[in-house]
Amino acid sequence: MEKSVVFNGKLLPYLLLAPQLAITLIFFYWPASQAIWQSFLREDAFGLNSEFVGLENYQALFAQPEYYTAIGTTVVFSSLVTVLSLGVALLFATQADKNLKGASVYKTLMIWPYAVAPAIAGVLWFFIFHPTLGTLARPLRFMGFNWNPMLDGTHAMILVVMAAVWKQVAYNFLFFLAGLQAIPKSVIEAGAIDGAGPLRRFWTIIFPLLSPTTFFLLVVNIVYVFFETFGIIDAVTAGGPAGSTTTMVYKVFADGRLGGDLGGSAAQSVVLMVIVIALTAIQFRYVERKVQY
Amino acid sequence: MVEHRPLRDLVAYLVLSLGVVIFAFPVYVAFVASTYDAATVVSGNLPLVPGGRMLENYYRAVFVGGSRFMNQPVGVLLANSFITAIGIALGKIFISILSAFAIVYFRFPFRKTAFWIIFITLMLPVEVRIYPTYKIVADLRMLDTYAGLILPLIASATGTLLFRQFFMTIPDELLEASRIDGAGPLRFFWDTLLPLSMTTVAALFVIQFIYGWNQYLWPLLITTKDSMQTIVIGIKKMLTTTDELAEWQLAMATAVLAMLPPVAVVVFMQRLFVKGLVETEK
Repeated sequence: MEKSVVFNGKLLPYLLLAPQLAITLIFFYWPASQAIWQSFLREDAFGLNSEFVGLENYQALFAQPEYYTAIGTTVVFSSLVTVLSLGVALLFATQADKNLKGASVYKTLMIWPYAVAPAIAGVLWFFIFHPTLGTLARPLRFMGFNWNPMLDGTHAMILVVMAAVWKQVAYNFLFFLAGLQAIPKSVIEAGAIDGAGPLRRFWTIIFPLLSPTTFFLLVVNIVYVFFETFGIIDAVTAGGPAGSTTTMVYKVFADGRLGGDLGGSAAQSVVLMVIVIALTAIQFRYVERKVQY
Repeated sequence: MVEHRPLRDLVAYLVLSLGVVIFAFPVYVAFVASTYDAATVVSGNLPLVPGGRMLENYYRAVFVGGSRFMNQPVGVLLANSFITAIGIALGKIFISILSAFAIVYFRFPFRKTAFWIIFITLMLPVEVRIYPTYKIVADLRMLDTYAGLILPLIASATGTLLFRQFFMTIPDELLEASRIDGAGPLRFFWDTLLPLSMTTVAALFVIQFIYGWNQYLWPLLITTKDSMQTIVIGIKKMLTTTDELAEWQLAMATAVLAMLPPVAVVVFMQRLFVKGLVETEK
């Protein structure tokens, strides 16, 4: 789509674009190209000299068992968070779509966690499940369950998943509710006249018509889990215990910290960039065309 | 509705109420913890109703600061968070409305190129270019400054795309009319386009304020002075002392304070928030 009536201007459009282009070039393209360039270099321990080592950083990276562990952790973490937060949000959205009295109050009470910073969401959940102080950890222990997210990797994973889901449901809820409200009532009535019960109507009419929303949310949630949950992981577990909650993004941060393995960290950044570009491409290719029946 | 069964409504109320309670529970516990003294919190027997130390704890957190965890009172961190969040929101609106204006209302060489240069930044979240960006900000001597906290986060395609989309819906007749009145591009922008865009500007502001307020990794990396930290990373610093010593009641008071502004924005500006959220994702 293009405007048919436009202004003539030789210099003005460039001046208008200048602030954004300047910031984009300085803070996006320059560092991104640095990351790519660094991934082919090896620096000495003091960062004084660096030499071109070709693909060595990548070879070292893919020879590292820890990297595969991080990939596995990322897959487990992102599937759990995505599936749970989408499922819970869809459940709440279908209930909120029922023309209830006070529906708008419920909506407000559902969406506010979106505004809580991931790191703070992490701290809140860490506090209620803290092995010695936690309000909910005590009953767990009382029931004889040896709950300790600070020592047990599975418990730590459960905790970060809960915090991440808690924060993400609000967003998904909002989009699912909008999607549900956009479905024409006549279609649902037609199903009811044909004798389909509520459950059958949901699976054969509503759920398929909701698929563009679901697919869009799927991509957005994966990106969320990849990047924005960094704050949750750093605040709750700092990647531990023993690396059991170190996701790929967390590893980029941890490996490069204090001038550690900058080349390896940069190589990991490049791998992540490729993943984000693929996800975004998928999103635009399919969401633009609208997945529909 | 298709059919109306009281029982189904009752189920809906129950499910939603349960959800609301689960959502609110962690925040409620944090609030309760912030109203007791350290000993009660550390004992692990936190009551479920608020205690009597609320004013004292919040006063100490905001104006005095804890003794062990850091030397800055939370008031300073709150101010930093406000400056950063408002700076990011306004900065993003400023640069993106101008660039969208250029891209939609002008024809010039490299227009498409400029659009793509901006568009591709959608694919480069700060996390994947973290250390090189840090180095550049350090070279520009912007560590521990507001500019360093704000500038790297304001460049992104979402604002430009949002304004571009909105400008496309504005009828061409408006432009023709203001041309007949003898208005140049800047006059048209100021007198016609900007007033029409105010709702979009407000929606983008709400979303970006929350985004800026909740930043974590970036402020964590580039602030070394306690006095430049934002409140979100301040909490993490409070808890990194071995946790038996951490003053949980102050940390929880700080967490409540850190949540309040963005949550208030969502609750009181819900219409703008929803509009911004839905439209930035189109």
